[in-house]
Amino acid sequence: MKALRALFAAMLGLLAATIQPANADPLAVKVGVIHEAHSRETISILDIPPADDFVAGARMAMDDNNTTGRFLDQFFSVVDAKLAPGEDPVAPLNGMLADGVRFFIIDLPPAEVLAVADAARASGTLVFNAGAPDDRLREEDCRANVIHVAPSRSMLADGLAQYLIWKQWRRWLLVVGSHPEDKLLADAYRRSAKKFGAKIVEERVYEDTGGGRRSDSGSVQVQRQMPVLTQSAPDYDMLVAADENEVFAGYLPYRTWDPRPVAGSAGLMPVSWDASHELWGAAQLQNRFERLFKRGMNARDNQAWVAMRMIGDAVAHTRSADPKTIHDDLLSPDFAVAAFKGQKLTLRAWNQQLRQPILLTDGRGTVSVSPQEGFLHETSELDTLGFDRPETKCKLQ
Amino acid sequence: MQTSMKRAGRAAGALALLASLSAFSGPAPATTAYITNEKGNSISVIDLDKLEVTRTVKVGQRPRGIALTKDEALMFVCLGDDDTIAIIDTKTLKEVGELPSGPDPEQLRVSADGKFVFVANENDALLTAIDIATRKVVSEFPVGVEPEGVAVSPDDSIVVNTSETTSMAHLIDWRNKKVLANILVAPRPRYAEYNKDGSELWVTSEVGGTVSIIDPVKHVVAQKITFDVPGLAKELIQPVGIRFSSDGKLAFIAMGPANRVAVIDAATKQVLKYLLVGQRVWQLELTPDGKYLLTTNGVSNDVSVVDVAALKVIKSIPVGSFPWGVAISKQ
Repeated sequence: MKALRALFAAMLGLLAATIQPANADPLAVKVGVIHEAHSRETISILDIPPADDFVAGARMAMDDNNTTGRFLDQFFSVVDAKLAPGEDPVAPLNGMLADGVRFFIIDLPPAEVLAVADAARASGTLVFNAGAPDDRLREEDCRANVIHVAPSRSMLADGLAQYLIWKQWRRWLLVVGSHPEDKLLADAYRRSAKKFGAKIVEERVYEDTGGGRRSDSGSVQVQRQMPVLTQSAPDYDMLVAADENEVFAGYLPYRTWDPRPVAGSAGLMPVSWDASHELWGAAQLQNRFERLFKRGMNARDNQAWVAMRMIGDAVAHTRSADPKTIHDDLLSPDFAVAAFKGQKLTLRAWNQQLRQPILLTDGRGTVSVSPQEGFLHETSELDTLGFDRPETKCKLQ
Repeated sequence: MQTSMKRAGRAAGALALLASLSAFSGPAPATTAYITNEKGNSISVIDLDKLEVTRTVKVGQRPRGIALTKDEALMFVCLGDDDTIAIIDTKTLKEVGELPSGPDPEQLRVSADGKFVFVANENDALLTAIDIATRKVVSEFPVGVEPEGVAVSPDDSIVVNTSETTSMAHLIDWRNKKVLANILVAPRPRYAEYNKDGSELWVTSEVGGTVSIIDPVKHVVAQKITFDVPGLAKELIQPVGIRFSSDGKLAFIAMGPANRVAVIDAATKQVLKYLLVGQRVWQLELTPDGKYLLTTNGVSNDVSVVDVAALKVIKSIPVGSFPWGVAISKQ
């Protein structure tokens, strides 16, 4: 019975695949995906970025958009440019601009985000930042042609902080890595602590002295290093780790001097998405991704998916592929994107950041979702996460 | 602690068994409501004269959509995590077979003539029509991504399916077996329902937070209903189930985590009232006499009973864990 059903399903799949757009000349929407490969030096083997990291999410949303497009005579395609670390993104950008691409979904370091945004500006091109969490891109360095799909560090930190406050785990030991990104993340945690009334009892720094993350006898050393790193701390409830480059945070759970839980870059992690998230119908999205790419959907894949779905929805609404028309639709009060997070996601008009709940995951399931109950806001409770309108430094131009 | 809880569970089971035995020996059955409990993997049977649960029966995993056959001899229950639709005998409440649903079935609808049942098949983005007599798939229609809500026009001429990610209502000419129109609505359309005379098709958008009223002849969204509940975050307004009062004058919309049912004047489309019900209200059904409206409240594990004439919630009936779907027999 099961086998028959599977065969039947496969036949139907073939049928569906052969259905072409009704019109011979559909509205074509080309989307450039420019992304820098992330380091394969991860603490857990499970976190090594796959070959199709990030772009897989855009590709699945392209399929979703094309299913809608089948009914509306619209056709979406993805042009992929995967860069080695440090490679100039403006060269592939210019190539695609010359080919008429006017929408870009990017996962690049902050300086490269700005370089792409500024190089794309003259052509009226719209750029979706689906990777960089830097607050400065949404604040003092914001750009009118950039939409931020990825949550900022301040949104992620606030998402975790609200939950720790709700739990009454107010005393944090903050352990910060030695990379510039770690310092920015630590700034975000300090800001969250102040905003919601937590106390950072002490800060410690973990110096990255180089070397491989995974080796056969590494665990012996790690078991001795982590207690020393966390020894003689003032009384605290939660260790909060700021380690974006995966140098040490993954070693902390179960190895701290005092028996304390870990959050931040390991343990209970604030994220936009996790392969284990299945609430609010997300299981449907995870199933589709698993079927297409034979792996789980990570946060980067999901951010690229959301960006591509935003383009798809706006093109469907407006029946246009003009970036100005799409941009206006995305900012209109009627626009909302459904992303399996229990509520609609909309754009903050003042800096074009996507409002979104922050998932708190342990990598096995969604532990909680922020904003937490009781954190109120006059317009949207989602605006209790990250920099809000009254404090913004962004002047869109 | 665990042992004592297990014991309590067993005692409850024994009580349920006793209750079910007594149900067989009792007088002629009253009108009955069947509630699917999504997390409880069970169906709560409510006696609508007494407004209380008389029986709870175990079913497969994650039961949601539920529908009775026209003769009410059988009911179909979507079992999402078992990837099947169970056929349950309404007299014995025992499973007597299954329908070929495809993976993770959620909603279904029986045609007005009682011969067919329409089911959304998520994995293949198809709407499937099943012949109830032969229990075989007779037609499929390509629809959008994540097909979900299913409605049938009162004269069986049009079958409607909503696709959640594509955000469309797909109108299918059931007599000529072809797709008539694909109409864009607000994000995540979850449920569709024709008004009594079939002149309007109402579609709720869970994420969009609106109700689209579609002209089923012109194939356009003729009107949009928006909601504004004072003191409630707009993100919590997530319309799902729809029902019309027996006289067709009122529309009821379940508002999900807004914990309310909106009462709408079906002619003017004005929201008349918000009725506070249980938490996360999913689906609605009227009793055959039109006197009561039942609401399934997913998070508070109960069913609210609305007095339709007074527009007041008169009772809440505790049911199983995470009630989702509701079907009511006429006899």
